[in-house]
Amino acid sequence: MIDFKTLADPKLIVILPEIVLTIFAMVVLIAGVFSEGKETKYSSNGYIAIIGIIFSFLVLIPLYGKDISAFNHMVVLDGYAFFFKVVTLIIAGLTIISSMNYTVKNGLELGEYYALILFAAVGMMLMASSTNLIMIFIALEMMSVSIYCLAAFKRKDDKSVEGAIKYFILGAFSAAFLLFGMALVYGGTGTFDLKEIFNYIKIYPEYRYNPMLIGGIALIATGFLFKISTVPFHMWTPDVYQGAPSPISGFMATGVKAAAFAAFLRVFITSFNFYHSDYAGIIAFFAVITMFGGNLIALAQTNIKRMLAYSSIAHAGYMLVGIVASTQISNSAILFYLLGYAFMNIGAFSVLATIGKNSLEDVKGVGLKYPFLGIAMCVFMFSMAGVPPAVGFLGKFYLFSAAINAKLYGLTILAVINSAISAYYYLRVLVYFYFKGESNLSLNYNMSNVFGLSLAIAGVLYLGILPSSVISYLQQSIMHLM
Amino acid sequence: MEIITNHLLTILIFLPLAGAITLLGFQRDNDGGVKLIASFFGFMNLILGLVLFFCYSGNGAVFQFVEKYQWIKSLGIQYYLGVDAVSMYLITATTLMTAICLVASWNIKKYVREYFLCILFVESGVIGALAALDLVLFYIFWEVMLIPMYFLIGIWGDYKRIYSTLKFYIYTMAGSVIMLVAIFTLYWLNGKGNFEILGMYNMSIPASKQMLLFLAFFVAFAIKVPLIPFHTWQPDTYVNAPTAGTVLLAAVLSKMGVYGFYRFALPLFPEAAMRFTPVIATLTLVAVVYISLIAIVQKDMKRLIAYSSVAHLAIIVLGMYLLTTQGVQGAIFQMLNHTVVTGALFLLLGILFERSASRQIKDYSGLAKQMPLYATFFMIAMLASVGLPGTNGFIGEFLLFIGIFKANIFYAVIACSGTVLGAIYILWMYQRSFFGPLEKEENKKLPDMNVREFGYMIPLIILIFVMGIFPQYFIKKFNNTTVSFINTVKTGHAVSMIIDNK
Repeated sequence: MIDFKTLADPKLIVILPEIVLTIFAMVVLIAGVFSEGKETKYSSNGYIAIIGIIFSFLVLIPLYGKDISAFNHMVVLDGYAFFFKVVTLIIAGLTIISSMNYTVKNGLELGEYYALILFAAVGMMLMASSTNLIMIFIALEMMSVSIYCLAAFKRKDDKSVEGAIKYFILGAFSAAFLLFGMALVYGGTGTFDLKEIFNYIKIYPEYRYNPMLIGGIALIATGFLFKISTVPFHMWTPDVYQGAPSPISGFMATGVKAAAFAAFLRVFITSFNFYHSDYAGIIAFFAVITMFGGNLIALAQTNIKRMLAYSSIAHAGYMLVGIVASTQISNSAILFYLLGYAFMNIGAFSVLATIGKNSLEDVKGVGLKYPFLGIAMCVFMFSMAGVPPAVGFLGKFYLFSAAINAKLYGLTILAVINSAISAYYYLRVLVYFYFKGESNLSLNYNMSNVFGLSLAIAGVLYLGILPSSVISYLQQSIMHLM
Repeated sequence: MEIITNHLLTILIFLPLAGAITLLGFQRDNDGGVKLIASFFGFMNLILGLVLFFCYSGNGAVFQFVEKYQWIKSLGIQYYLGVDAVSMYLITATTLMTAICLVASWNIKKYVREYFLCILFVESGVIGALAALDLVLFYIFWEVMLIPMYFLIGIWGDYKRIYSTLKFYIYTMAGSVIMLVAIFTLYWLNGKGNFEILGMYNMSIPASKQMLLFLAFFVAFAIKVPLIPFHTWQPDTYVNAPTAGTVLLAAVLSKMGVYGFYRFALPLFPEAAMRFTPVIATLTLVAVVYISLIAIVQKDMKRLIAYSSVAHLAIIVLGMYLLTTQGVQGAIFQMLNHTVVTGALFLLLGILFERSASRQIKDYSGLAKQMPLYATFFMIAMLASVGLPGTNGFIGEFLLFIGIFKANIFYAVIACSGTVLGAIYILWMYQRSFFGPLEKEENKKLPDMNVREFGYMIPLIILIFVMGIFPQYFIKKFNNTTVSFINTVKTGHAVSMIIDNK
């Protein structure tokens, strides 16, 4: 029997959205068994998953503004975690909506597909709210394992399998780095709890540069840098994004990145703030090579998904600039950037999912033949290039303004130069969409595509034009964290 | 009526956008409806532009029609609009040129709806940038106007359109992102938590920082004008753009660069601007002579006019930077002339190229016999361009040269030689293509201008004479603005900036 007293326990409320998602994930799994093998025009599993997202969202809303720590400080629900839970639900929701037509058309309409998305979302949400290194690791693995499976979901396609295996091996490797780093930090401080690590470093300054501790921090940073795909830990990204089903590529580029940044920022802000002056230079170096690496290689791509993979690397580079600055403004700017990036990137991948082709040659003329898809792609590409009034501009505006505030002039100039370079390859997509003649594709897209794209466009424009309330919320929640 | 005059600028900015969105509701093949509705919105905005012109009082405050609201409070960005005489004139000129472009584009064959949508979209961006008194608001409109230009050139341009449009876009964008960094720096230096331009006029920035900030702004605007050595995108882009695109680029967007100097680079960083004046004077004088020489040897008519446009703009920039009363007045007046005259010349070339595929001068001769009305109009626009007395070009150049002469005789001599060269290339082109025997068979079939073409050209021709014969009526509106601009730059403080907040 369910003990309702335990359910009503105020502590359990902290992970209630995750619980709801898990339940729905299992329901999708079971429902998938019944619908499997039947010819269908509608994605029944997708609808169940969407209902799960909505329910999770509904139980999340009342938690707004709460600040609870639960399970011996394993997880916490603060403004920061709340924000990332909302972002994760938006990302998962958009991914599911843009998958619904895609899975039916490509024979991927299985319960597992949607169940795995929901499980990954649970992992992402937990990552943002964990305040304990072990908990972070468990959440990260929960997310990663689901994503490995999703990346391999087109199991008859060599590219998909190849990408997934690459991702799995390298991912397991980086997880080992992360875990070893955590163990070393534990060895150095005697605790996994983020707050207590901070206290230990504060009380015993003589142990601050203990090699074990420093090594641990470096390994943890490496693990996170892998997950947010910075150069030189980016090798897996293009292959995985190209091979995976298009909506899943969008999910990985935004969800995994957001969750990894969430944990990265929380660990480094809460526990390792003392070392900021030490690691700022190293992160700045990574930021520069990541921006240039991502953007310059993206210039040469002829496959749009690969191009978007390199562009996602470059975007990670921009966000690292915020970590270098590490002020209240820059940290909230990173969060805002992640939110905006989620809308535009999932949007771009859903356009590709709708078209079903990925190379530049294949999409020529699509913009003029299908005006809605064209306008959607324009919004996403201009937004990623950082052109107002889309959120891509405001995100960069906020982030780079924060960097200038922290007196990072050189780094900011390099970042805006990169932004100008990136305009070339984003616009080249539109060159093929509009300038290269007639399209011979005949697409049939349904209401779910239109709805998903409209949501993404609305998000991009709304956050680009009226971001004020979101930004002040972020500034408060970051202040609380610091 | 009250609402309209209180929010005139907002309406001017967003009416074309509303028109563009309305066009989206039309069916693909309903070209007639699209043309009518687009022209209707263009003309409504022209009427509003004229209302702005007649309601702006030359004796009142410098900045009028001010609207100020909080927009993105947490970042300090405001929705802050207002016009002085210069932006007022440029807005009115923009509404006029856009309306004319809309009517001039009725012969577009493919993707009619999208074409008109782009033109209206450009208008919104340009007017917004001209009216903005908040740096970020300005930057947003400044970037937004590039988007429709990108498509205008890319979809409807000539054979090298994709190369040109990417070159144009990346060039301009590279300039403006560096400016963005300068904007952030200004914001944090200012420390007031807002991006108000007029407030920033009063900042005292250390000279070393001023130089760098000035350069960042200067490059962004110099690319847009374009000034040597940032002009390499311009001939390709002008030549390959469709007629309306070229007219918008030459008549409207190039003024945005000069306006940027006027509104930002000079008054925000007066010390740096003074120090750089010799460099800028050299660049502009080189441009005048060198570009005019290049123009003389051009074989392509459109390219020739494109180069002439650059040469004229260079003198305007020089007059602006030398900061004499006549020079600045001349620069402002000549900006309006340039809009009218260059616009007219590119429109006339567009009329010719719609009838005949060739743009080469050698393919035409004796056009004056075949198309007398067309030849007359071309003659008037051309003479205004070389500054014949009685046309507006004379007044503008005369003022400019007095201003330049007062500041530096040496500059004046070189700048004047540019005018002589200007007369050579354009008159020679006219002689070769319009006079002489009518030889080619296909040129004997060219029809003269029709009623529609006559209709949209005639306002420009009338303006050339009205501005040439009654210049005082136009100049008196910007007297106050000129004085306050020069004072601001010379003292480093916005002493006489009076804002009309009613």
